[in-house]
Order: sequence, then C-alpha cells, then structure tokens
Amino acid sequence: MTDEVIVAAPAGGGRATTWPRRLVVLVPYLWLAAFFLLPFVIVFKLSLSETAIAQPPYVPVLDLAEGFEGLKAFFSALSPRNYALIASDWIYLASYLRSLEVATIATALLLLIGFPLAYGMARAPRRLQPFLFMAVVLPFWTAFLIRIYAWINILQRDGLLNQALLALGIVDTPPAWLATDTAVYIGLVYSYLPFMVLPIYATLEKMDETLLEAAADLGCPPWKAFWLVTLPVSLKGVIAGALLCFIPMVGEFVIPDLLGGSENVMIGQTLWTEFFGNKDWPAASAIAVVLLCLLVMPIMIYQHMQSRAIERGS
Amino acid sequence: MASAQADSRSPTIVRPRARRDYAPWADPAARPLVRFENISKRFGGVTAIDRLSLDIYQGEFFALLGPSGCGKSTLLRLLAGFEAPEEGRVLLDGVDLAGVPPHRRPVNMMFQSYALFPHLTVEGNIAFGLKQDGLPKQEIAARIADMLALVKLEGLGARKPDQLSGGQRQRVALARALVKRPRVLLLDEPLAALDKKLRGETQFELMHLKQELGLTFVIVTHDQEEAMTVADRIGVMNHGRVMQVATPPELYEQPNSRWVAEFVGDVNLIEGRVVDVAETGTVIESAAVGRLRASAAKGAKPGDTVWVALRPEKVRVLRVKPAATENCAGGVVRDIAYLGDLSVYNVALDSGFVMHAAAANLTRLIERSISWEDRVWLTWDASAGIVLTR
Repeated sequence: MTDEVIVAAPAGGGRATTWPRRLVVLVPYLWLAAFFLLPFVIVFKLSLSETAIAQPPYVPVLDLAEGFEGLKAFFSALSPRNYALIASDWIYLASYLRSLEVATIATALLLLIGFPLAYGMARAPRRLQPFLFMAVVLPFWTAFLIRIYAWINILQRDGLLNQALLALGIVDTPPAWLATDTAVYIGLVYSYLPFMVLPIYATLEKMDETLLEAAADLGCPPWKAFWLVTLPVSLKGVIAGALLCFIPMVGEFVIPDLLGGSENVMIGQTLWTEFFGNKDWPAASAIAVVLLCLLVMPIMIYQHMQSRAIERGS
Repeated sequence: MASAQADSRSPTIVRPRARRDYAPWADPAARPLVRFENISKRFGGVTAIDRLSLDIYQGEFFALLGPSGCGKSTLLRLLAGFEAPEEGRVLLDGVDLAGVPPHRRPVNMMFQSYALFPHLTVEGNIAFGLKQDGLPKQEIAARIADMLALVKLEGLGARKPDQLSGGQRQRVALARALVKRPRVLLLDEPLAALDKKLRGETQFELMHLKQELGLTFVIVTHDQEEAMTVADRIGVMNHGRVMQVATPPELYEQPNSRWVAEFVGDVNLIEGRVVDVAETGTVIESAAVGRLRASAAKGAKPGDTVWVALRPEKVRVLRVKPAATENCAGGVVRDIAYLGDLSVYNVALDSGFVMHAAAANLTRLIERSISWEDRVWLTWDASAGIVLTR
C-alpha cells in the first residue's frame, strides 16, 4: 500500500502539482480583481456621473434591459464635469496640498522617532528582542478608534497632559492641545509608529555586523560608519516604512477629524463632507480617484528608481 | 601611537627576496614588527587566549593554524583592535596598541565573510578606506585601477557585490584590504568559502602578492595544507596557546609534541621505553614494533617513556621479509585508501598495533601488487622516527 503511494506520487505529480500551483497564483489576482479593480471601476463610473435627487442619488444608471440604445445613452451621459469642478474650486486643491503637507511632516517625524527605536531594538540583546517587538505591536490589541478617543481625553483642556504640565509647574495656564495641528501630528505619529519601526527593524536586524567592523578597519570612525554603512544598508526598510505611513496618512480621516481643528481640512474630510454632507456621490468619487492617482505616484517613482538602479548595476 | 599611524601611510617597498634566505626570526638582533606579549583574553568564563607570546617580522607571511575554537581568530581580532586583551600588550613596531581604536590602526583585515558593503559597487568598496584618509580623487582612481588590475577584476568596477561570483567577491575583499597598503594584512580564513581548485590557485597568488608588495601577512586558517603552502612560518595553536612556531618543513619533520605531530599531517605514534641514547640515534623498546632505532632525542634518557612519530610516507611496504631486525614489523593489510597519487595502507601488525603506510602510486592501479589481507613487512630508516617526550 505504502509502496504504491510512493511510486504513484511522482508519476502523477507533474500534473497534480501544477493545477493547485496555478490556483495559488490566481488567488491574489482574483482578490485584486474582486476587491480592488471592480470597486475602482464602479467609483470611476460614479465620478463621471451627475448628482440627482433619486435613489441611487446619481444619473445615469446602467439599465441593460434597454439594449444597445440604452448603453449608448448611458455612455453619452458620462462626463468629466466633476474633475473640472475639482480643478476650478480652490478648496479641493487646498485640501490635497494640506493632506500632502501633513503626511510629509508626519512621515519625517515618524522617521526621526522610528529609526532610533528600530536601531535600539536591533542592537538589544537577542533574548530581549521578542519582548521589544511585542511592545511595538501591543497597541494593536486595542481598537484604533478607542485609542484615538483616549487621546482626546489626554489632550483636552483638563486632560492628563495639562494636569501633568500644571503639576510639574511647566505651564501656568493650560494650553489648548485639542483641535490643533500638534494634536493631529501626535495622533498620526502615535498610530503609525509600528508601521515605520517594523520594516526598519527588519532590515537592521538582518544587517551583518561585520560590515561595521570592516568600516572601522578601513579607517572609518563609528559615527561616520552609521552614515556610510548602517543608513544606506537599511534604506530599503526606511523607504518601505515611509511609504507604509505616508500613503494611508494622506487619506487619513479619523485622526484629523477627531483631534484636529475645523479649518485647514485634509482631503479625507473634504471627501466625507461631499459624500455625507452634500450627498454628492459623483464629486466624492472624483476626489477619491484623484487621490488614488496622487498616491500611486510615489510608488511608481520608487519602483522606477529601483529598476533604474538594477539596470545601472548590470 | 602617533608614529605607528604616520608610518603606515608611507609606502614601504621591499625588494622581493629569495624565500630561502629569509629568516629574520633566527637573527637575535632583528626587531619584530608585531609582538604579542603575554596576552590573555577571556570571554565570559572561557579563556580564548592564555598567556600567549609571539613575534612576527616585517615581510613575513605568518600562518596561525589550529582547530576551531583554539583562539587563532581572536588573536587576529586583538591585533585589528576589535578585542582588547585583559593582560599583556600588543606591540606594532615597538608601539603599544592599547587604547588605539580599530579605525586608527595601520592594519587591514580581510574578513572570512568578506563583509563587502552591499550598497556600494566594487570600486566603491575598494575606495572606502582611501576616502577615509581624504586622498585626492585622482589618486583614489589611480589606486583603484591598480588594485583592479592586481586582483584581475578589470571591467567589473561598476558591479555590486551581489552580481559577483564567490571568487570575485573574495578578490574584491582582498583588494579593499590591500589598497591602503597596511603595515600588516590580516587574513581571517580568506579562502574557506572557495572550492578546492580555486583555493589552490589563490594560495599561490597570495604568496606572489606578498612578495610583490613586500607587505607582512598574517593568515588564520584551519587548513594545514594552506598554511604549509603560503607561510614562511606557522604558529600552531590549541586552547589559546601556541604549541609550536616553526617553518613548514620544521613543523612537519620536527614536531615538538604528540599534539603537533598528530595535528599536522598523518602520523604513527609508537609508545616505548628508551634503552640507549647515542649520537647516532636512540634505541627504543616498544610493545608495538619491538626494538626500534630513531633519530637522536634531546632530553630523553634511558628508562624514559617516549613516543616515536613516524610519518606514513616514510614507511616502506614490502612483500618479502627484509633482512633487518630493527625498524621492521610484519602484519596484514586491513584497508587500502586509494587517493589517486598515493595509496595509504592500514596494516595490522602482529602485535595488534595498526600502522599507516603511504606509498606513491608509481605504477597504474591494475598492476598494484599489494592487496587486502596480504602479508606484508613494514620497514623504515632510523632517521625517519622522531622521538617525542611529551
């Protein structure tokens, strides 16, 4: 019995293994098609539509029952008017710029805080590293929204932060934290820190420490070896961490909405207002499509640089 | 400190000299370039280096040979400055290196893992050390070109390390360590990752490089053939101590202890009691091969227990009983290891002692006259036996 199995396996194996293997490759594509491409097509179609007081709140609606004529009418009703609106009204451009500004500054802050943290983790004794890793991931055990509400508590006028500052005699009158840019940055840095720390830690942890000995051996003092060796070698992790933080932060809604002020809104908030406030689904969709294009760009630039670097090398 | 630093940057060109005339260690007036003075180093509770003293001379190719964990790499790292000794001093050109950090020491190391910077090209790797010295751009470019030619990597300067073969990476690591013209080049198992053929070729290239550049090389290796091939002298280490320092022929022909004799090459060790000590040789009575005559022994007197070290290739295998009564024993061939150039015969003597005898395969295998279970006689010259007292 066992002999048969052993003999039969390699014979049928050629065909038997290729199908599951193809299926495995197919799964992510199916996933992407079902949950990214299809929704995107729907949103893109919406962005070319017009608001209407109806259910659903836009026209045209595709009705296949009317045949080819219906299809023609459907396509002729689509127009880029919402994109023209976004381009013409200053408020949209301002929101986009504000989002990019906030995300850029927050990414820089995350790098400044995240890199030393990751470096310390990677240099900590081996047996301590799993605990440090857990400490970084631990906040995920609590729901994101609850953590942001906790920050409201901490940052409000009679909150923990001001109580501490007053008790320590650092300030005489409690400063306002909530509804300021500072609060937004605190919220962003706090929420996204693990996404910056973990990729950098992963590259630093893999780094061969004899590289630093080699640098020292060749006459390079330790502080300089950090700039010439450690940082460039961990650049992949730095870029990965920066992208992982920057991209979702541009579209961030919850943190600026709950912790930030009402002026200088980010694009996520503008989109929310269009969708839920003005019930203008087409305009909201157009904002989303433009945002997506904006976010795809840094990834494209990064990949272009990567492929250029590979070409230059070979 | 300062003088050691200054000296390092002035190129020392030494005429290539014939190796047979080169023996500064025999000259009591010669000053060593590197001196380890009563060095001890512990890691936790483990003693890596144990009160070790060693001198290495300018222009020497010195090999540190020993089993893994014997402390040979630690010794190299002490010289490079990655470790500090708990006791003793490391001197370079008579200057104590204590407190001099690695980046100020005029020595360069080639690492076992090569430790090439993955984000830099071949040229970037080689230029790294020169840039630290702030050399002008043209000089750096010229030196890189020289180095690439020296290690035969012309045209590969723009590649990244991960686009190179193992042998090419090894050459980049060598070029990077050589380009600063160090007072001492430290090689930590430099050829361990190469295949046997490439290793053999590279060994000869290393020797030529050392002669050409007139530098001092210290190599750490666990491969005794490698040490014998490249080195002027070999320091055999075990348990953090130097067991013997000698030239390759001395080490092989005159080991100073059973441990060294067994570590370097294959050997038959025959235990026995000294019967007579004379100018012409030592007569020993042994249980294994009866009465035997060996070379003269210093410090052995009648009645002492000694060991006679007999290299397998110095033992002849005969099919007929020779006339001799000494240095002769009969037995049966138990195993034959065919190595191509040599055959090694394991012969069980009548006393039960198993002796190894190696013979060059002068004729083709098909014509070999000695086979398994054959009755043979082993015989050797009196001068072949080395008397060891410890």
